[in-house]
Amino acid sequence: MTSFEAAAGRSDERESSERQRTLGHAAGGLASKRIITAYGFWIFLLSDIIMFSAFFATYAVLVGDTAGGPGGRELFNLHNVGIETAVLLVSSFTCGLASISARARSVSWFYGAMTATFILGAAFLTIEIREFASMIARGAGPTRSAFLSAFFTLVGCHGLHITAGLLWLLTMMAQVFAKGYRADILRRILCFSLFWHALDIIWVAIFTVVYLMGVVL
Amino acid sequence: MWGKLSWAAIPFDQPIPLIASGVVGGVITGVLALITLKGWLPYLWREWITSVDHKRIGIMYILLAMVMLLRGFTDAIMMRSQQALAFRSQGYLPPEHYDQIFSAHGTLMIFFVAMPFVIGLMNFVVPLQLGIRDVAFPTLNSVGFWLTATGVLLVNISLLVGEFARTGWLPYPPLSELTYSPGVGVDYYLWSLEISGVGTLLAGINLITTVLKLHAPGMTYMRMPMFCWTTLASNLLIVAAFPILTATLTMLVLDRYLGFHFFTNEAGGNMMMFVNLIWVWGHPEVYILILPAFGVFSEVVSTFSNKPLFGYRSMVAATMVICILSFTVWLHHFFTMGAGADVNAIFGIASMIIAVPTGVKIFNWLFTMYGGRIVYSTPILWSIGFMVTFVIGGMTGVLLAVPPADFVLHNSLFLVAHFHNVIIGGVLFGAFAGYTYWFPKAFGFRLHEGLGKASFWCWITGFYVAFMPLYVLGLMGMTRRMQHYDVAAWHPWLLIAAGGAAIIFIGIILQIAQLVVSIRRREQLRDETGDPWNGRSLEWATPSPPPAFNFAVLPRIESGDAYWGMKERALQQARLSEEPAYAEIEMPRNSPTGFICAFFATIMGFALIWHIWWMVGLAAVGAYATFVVFAWRDVDEYIIPAETVARIDRANRSARSAALARRQAAS
Repeated sequence: MTSFEAAAGRSDERESSERQRTLGHAAGGLASKRIITAYGFWIFLLSDIIMFSAFFATYAVLVGDTAGGPGGRELFNLHNVGIETAVLLVSSFTCGLASISARARSVSWFYGAMTATFILGAAFLTIEIREFASMIARGAGPTRSAFLSAFFTLVGCHGLHITAGLLWLLTMMAQVFAKGYRADILRRILCFSLFWHALDIIWVAIFTVVYLMGVVL
Repeated sequence: MWGKLSWAAIPFDQPIPLIASGVVGGVITGVLALITLKGWLPYLWREWITSVDHKRIGIMYILLAMVMLLRGFTDAIMMRSQQALAFRSQGYLPPEHYDQIFSAHGTLMIFFVAMPFVIGLMNFVVPLQLGIRDVAFPTLNSVGFWLTATGVLLVNISLLVGEFARTGWLPYPPLSELTYSPGVGVDYYLWSLEISGVGTLLAGINLITTVLKLHAPGMTYMRMPMFCWTTLASNLLIVAAFPILTATLTMLVLDRYLGFHFFTNEAGGNMMMFVNLIWVWGHPEVYILILPAFGVFSEVVSTFSNKPLFGYRSMVAATMVICILSFTVWLHHFFTMGAGADVNAIFGIASMIIAVPTGVKIFNWLFTMYGGRIVYSTPILWSIGFMVTFVIGGMTGVLLAVPPADFVLHNSLFLVAHFHNVIIGGVLFGAFAGYTYWFPKAFGFRLHEGLGKASFWCWITGFYVAFMPLYVLGLMGMTRRMQHYDVAAWHPWLLIAAGGAAIIFIGIILQIAQLVVSIRRREQLRDETGDPWNGRSLEWATPSPPPAFNFAVLPRIESGDAYWGMKERALQQARLSEEPAYAEIEMPRNSPTGFICAFFATIMGFALIWHIWWMVGLAAVGAYATFVVFAWRDVDEYIIPAETVARIDRANRSARSAALARRQAAS
């Protein structure tokens, strides 16, 4: 047990044994707080994926509507996108390391893994922003055609999620620094990692549907 | 500095919105002054505004819905009177104002009356019925409510500052694009729904998790009251449908703000995609509203027939089937798009299939009443009125599901009559039944029966007088949203419809009177036992109003109709169950997070509408800071000591014992 935890006075495992005693409070009944929180967050993620699916469907409808402008084949650079994808997938791995370090109550590993995740996420965003900027500079911005509107919105929405994720990541590091591995903070770390992995899954779909199919078809 | 905002935004030259907003502003100022003078503000802040108690949040949702019902109904009266007058004349509402009124009417009634009403009922009732102490995410619940309030506030600000959309309650492009709607009206619509939509999503996540993960011991799925099942189905639909609304409105925002081409006429935009997407949300939305109402009717019919619900399992199955089918019929809202005979036929047949599980429900309610000892109190009157009215609305719906018929009736008053038939006769009657039924649980006294019944009769008569003529007018070829007309044959029917609206108005006045009279006579109407209707589900096992922790000890559930079973056992054994061992209870602490977050959301929405970008940034930082402050708090629960729990529960038990003794003496 770290000193953080002792100060907080509660730990993840202890919470489940406490459950019986506090059967009645808000999280009472059958499931532990950890399960309830993760379950609710999963439902949020599903709703988020549904939102993405609306953008995917829109993209699929508008992909041919280039209004005489450039299409995916002219615009996409698979080399760049390959690097982007690799960076994001590795960030999922480091995010997984961060979760494991939190479980093991290792503060230094947690900071290290979260920092790596942040750097990789920021690198991903940088590549994406440069891609967007170069497209706009070539006159292929979102206002050029319905296809480009759909492209920028779908990919940009994922980028905004990554940005929000980075802000959340920093907040979690600050929380662990200030409060230690308290039960509620561990639950938030769990939610953060679910969020980050879900973004990875969505990126795999974007990589396939937008970039690969855009270049091949 | 102030974006598009200037003094020109305030309609000094238009008396009607100016007077209306003057009245609204006056009422708000008056209420605030009263609260301040009486020193109620600390109480309101502590006990209500920052409350994370699901019961209080539920009550605030319903209060919000009722206030907005008055606003939405005012719009309705204006439309009916305009159409009654505008035969071969311009009436008293200029077109640009009339268009805002029908848009605001639909938006308010769906998003800010029907939605908060059913979400409020679900919030209040479901944890009590499941035998638990709170919802899964109490603070999130508060955030969801206050974001809904933000949406309400933005729509109402548009009355005075700027204008509201003139594009109907669903802003179809290209009319809603910047080219044809350059004002801020559509932006008010978009941002108020984007923000309140997030609130609704949070409510949905919260209630699903509550129903699926939190139960009293022994409360298995097939023992849950019907209302919990319909809550589950309704919230599954919220979580699956509202993200689509958010995405669709975001695309329109991007079109309008950044010159994207999702739905424009130019550069490959596809406006029919908006219509498809919005109805992929919109059709589940009608089931989001009606399913909780079905749940209310199930509870009410079974309670007042003194019988268990007939065909419980088939009712559960019908609910879940409707939940799934609701995603397969969206195209019937626009058969005239011209998707072709095959596509239209598939969606037409799918729409008719939904009538089957709905019919199952109607028969189940009828068989529940059959052979029952029916007590004709106000909630069951609403339920019977619903069954008759909803069957008619359902049948005209099946008629509209036939594509060739729909081509004739599309966008006519026949359609307007149909959806008011099912929404007033279904959702609103359900909301009123639930309001009357659970009012004593919430406040500890019943509503006045006589005035309630009088109001019911005005509502149902007024409904038929107001909307049956619209069916006729639709068949005569009158389209919806007409500011004036010169067909003489339509005029008498529109006069009758206006008369119907006046009768509904009397019904609303009677409802207000009912509330006032009931509060004044609360001592006579007091519910001492916590079980005023001889109820069947667990909410009636708690005192009225229930304590913050709902249940002193979590009940053990051994059958469906849990509380009925407990009462039967108590009657058999001629005493209550043993007094439990009381322990202290941890409850979530109140938090102003929801209110402060909504404060920033309101500022952000307003700034986005008027393009005041620095204010948008400021509000975003504020909202983020609010969450960080919340995340940093160290104590998130407080303890209710065992003695307090024991005292409250002993009072409840002695009231129950007295009721038991009375029943034994009677039998």
